[in-house]
Amino acid sequence: MNKVLSDKVGEKVLLLGNEAIVRGALESGIGFASTYPGTPSSEIGDTFAEIAKDAGIYFEYSTNEKVALEAAAGAALSGVRSMIFFKHFGLNVASDSLFPLAYSGVKAGMVILVADDPQGWSSGQSEEDTRLFARIAHLPMLEPSNAQECKDFVKKAFELSEKFKIPVFIRTTTRVSHMRSVVKLGKIVKGKTKGKFIKDIQLRNFPPYIIDVHKELHEKLEELKKISEKSEINFISNNKKSKLCVIVSGVSYDYAMDAMDDLKIKLPVLRVGFTYPTPDKKIKDFIKKLKTVLIVEELEPILEERIHFLAKEVNPKLVIYGKSHLPNVGEYSEELVLEALSKITGKKYSMNLIAHKEKYKKLKIAKRFAVMCPGCPHRATFYAAKAATAGMDVVYGGDVGCYVLGIYKPLETQDFMFSMGASEGLVHGIKKTTDQKAIAFLGDSTFFHAGMPGMVNTVFNKSNPLIIVLDNRITAMTGHQTNPGVGITAMGEETKAIPIEDVAKSFGIEDVKVVDPFNVKEMTDIIKEFLNKDKVSVIVAKRECQLLAMRKKKAQGIKVAKFEIDQSKCKQIGICLNDLACPAIYKENGKYKIDKDICTGCSVCAQVCPAKAIHAVNE
Amino acid sequence: MKLKEFNTVLTGVGGQGVLTLGVIIAEAALKQGYDVRTTELHGLAQRGGSIPVHVRFGKKMYTPLILEGEADLIISLEPLEALRSCYYGSKQHKTIFLIDNDPVVPLSVSVLGETYPSVEEIKKNLKDFSKEVIVLNASEIVKKETGNEIAANIYLLGYVFAKKLIPLKEKFILKAMEEVAPKYFETNKKVFELGMKHKE
Repeated sequence: MNKVLSDKVGEKVLLLGNEAIVRGALESGIGFASTYPGTPSSEIGDTFAEIAKDAGIYFEYSTNEKVALEAAAGAALSGVRSMIFFKHFGLNVASDSLFPLAYSGVKAGMVILVADDPQGWSSGQSEEDTRLFARIAHLPMLEPSNAQECKDFVKKAFELSEKFKIPVFIRTTTRVSHMRSVVKLGKIVKGKTKGKFIKDIQLRNFPPYIIDVHKELHEKLEELKKISEKSEINFISNNKKSKLCVIVSGVSYDYAMDAMDDLKIKLPVLRVGFTYPTPDKKIKDFIKKLKTVLIVEELEPILEERIHFLAKEVNPKLVIYGKSHLPNVGEYSEELVLEALSKITGKKYSMNLIAHKEKYKKLKIAKRFAVMCPGCPHRATFYAAKAATAGMDVVYGGDVGCYVLGIYKPLETQDFMFSMGASEGLVHGIKKTTDQKAIAFLGDSTFFHAGMPGMVNTVFNKSNPLIIVLDNRITAMTGHQTNPGVGITAMGEETKAIPIEDVAKSFGIEDVKVVDPFNVKEMTDIIKEFLNKDKVSVIVAKRECQLLAMRKKKAQGIKVAKFEIDQSKCKQIGICLNDLACPAIYKENGKYKIDKDICTGCSVCAQVCPAKAIHAVNE
Repeated sequence: MKLKEFNTVLTGVGGQGVLTLGVIIAEAALKQGYDVRTTELHGLAQRGGSIPVHVRFGKKMYTPLILEGEADLIISLEPLEALRSCYYGSKQHKTIFLIDNDPVVPLSVSVLGETYPSVEEIKKNLKDFSKEVIVLNASEIVKKETGNEIAANIYLLGYVFAKKLIPLKEKFILKAMEEVAPKYFETNKKVFELGMKHKE
């Protein structure tokens, strides 16, 4: 049994921040959870998918974050406690429905968890600081620093949500979501999964009525401010008299505590856990007799600006350090905070970290990019697209999924990347304004998420890009979650699998073909043919994610035939390695070879070898 | 509980069992009564990329990320990755490196012409960041002894335990192994014992 379901109240267990969030929801009597997967929040959904049936609650992967939010709102308006979670970009998608939800309010507790990713460990598009959303949405936001707080803050958020009848945000960052730390378990509360939607005029968001509701919302925030002032989640560590103090949020609290330990200093630290509304009075009391304050917060200077504002009133001469000593990009670490504190206090750490780093920088270390797996069907499709367009000026529209790894050499088939489903819209605009050929690549889950409006637009506005849907039968990048094309729900129930080719045809697209990416010749020929069409055309490159396929085969004891290079036939052309770039192929002592331990037997290298030197070996 | 803190970096390439090794060490430390913090990366970073996991335990832990130069032990399941994470080690902190000599050549080398260093070069480069560098042919031994393609992560754990390079007790490690991967417990126990009995 997953330890998230443990009934041993008081037991201390090691949980990932994301698992602790699920436990917090279970201890709050949740009945409904929904999401669209996005790292660093993905394991919240993975955990719900695993335990939902046993816990007696409902969980779903919705088609996108906006739908997920609407579904959770529907549950909360029907009196069932609900939770929705996504990565920072997910909040952008969901925000259109979120803002009015703050006005209409909810009937049962509803928590919105958003996981930011400073440093872009799992997100290419931007380093977004979603704390700014709390203010524009008029919703309270709490920020935990570790797994124990992840659990506790979710409970706190449900209490606040129920009391004020508005959704409440929890904001984490990668280091909190993916931190394992000790969590003391509380009692699981069996939540309602069925309620009743009671009609209420407040839900009919419409002017001029919304002006009154907007006013009420501000009044709620004033009340919430009072709670924030008294809340124990804003606390002071090392509380003593000092002219220099530190104010922190999120995981930066840990960095500050350890940095002080290593510098052998003890400064008072105010940890602000109530990100919005801020505990202004508490902050004013903390800073009013100080000479200097250092603010440690990742990304935007949100607290810092607030403190500038508050200091004007109580301590105009206060020296406020923040982004002056710490970056406003990337994630923080103990090193960064240590360097800042060292500069301010003059205290030296026992080791010269700068010299240490210089020593490291002198080492030549071959780069290791993330790559598409051996036998990945996306690689085969990209290879065919490159072969079909050799010597041509073609724009390759990129999108969000594992296939973004096509940005790297030698494939380079992702010329840009913006957001889920954006490949089609951009390629359409490029087709309308240039004479270049253009291909939009997007995945199956991405197609259902936000790709359908883009496809319809190409028909409606008479455009003619080639759209290739890389249908690997799963949402792969975030850890193999199901999607509307798969035929299985998050809770493991069978459902209708929606064929993407049928959707495309129903939009009025005439040239639609399903092609197996492992058939390189057919894929190449059809790409060539479709690129010359004067109307939009669609190829569904259908083949299950090879990582998943291999796992299934392994579980069933099915062996696949691996491939090898016949050295007597190999003419050292090198297409297999230099153009296809499968990680299973390498060159040793001037000979091309295949690592049979990782070859998945896809046969693509054998198909592209002009010398016909590659063949399967049955073992 | 005298131990103030013990810092270990586990690294390698996606699929080598780095994450599992991290969870086993962390669970064992918790069972032994320590406060524990770990950090790991998921998602895109795992697709054949480099994946360092940090595990810290001791009396009271804060940051999950180890400070540069403060690692006590760095276990790398791949030689090049030991080099990539070497700044977590230092002479001053007497860092021990344990490396499985199981290279996974990245495409930057095989396609783009960068160089993969020899074990000797790696050892030489690590000198400035360590007290001692130990290189084992763990994957090869595990394959030979068990006749199976099994990750060498548990073998290395057996080795560091037997050489007293990690302050954890055997009973807690075994209990953690059983809880984390119950299906593979018997095999893992065997591999752990092989690692304990490693002969130079």
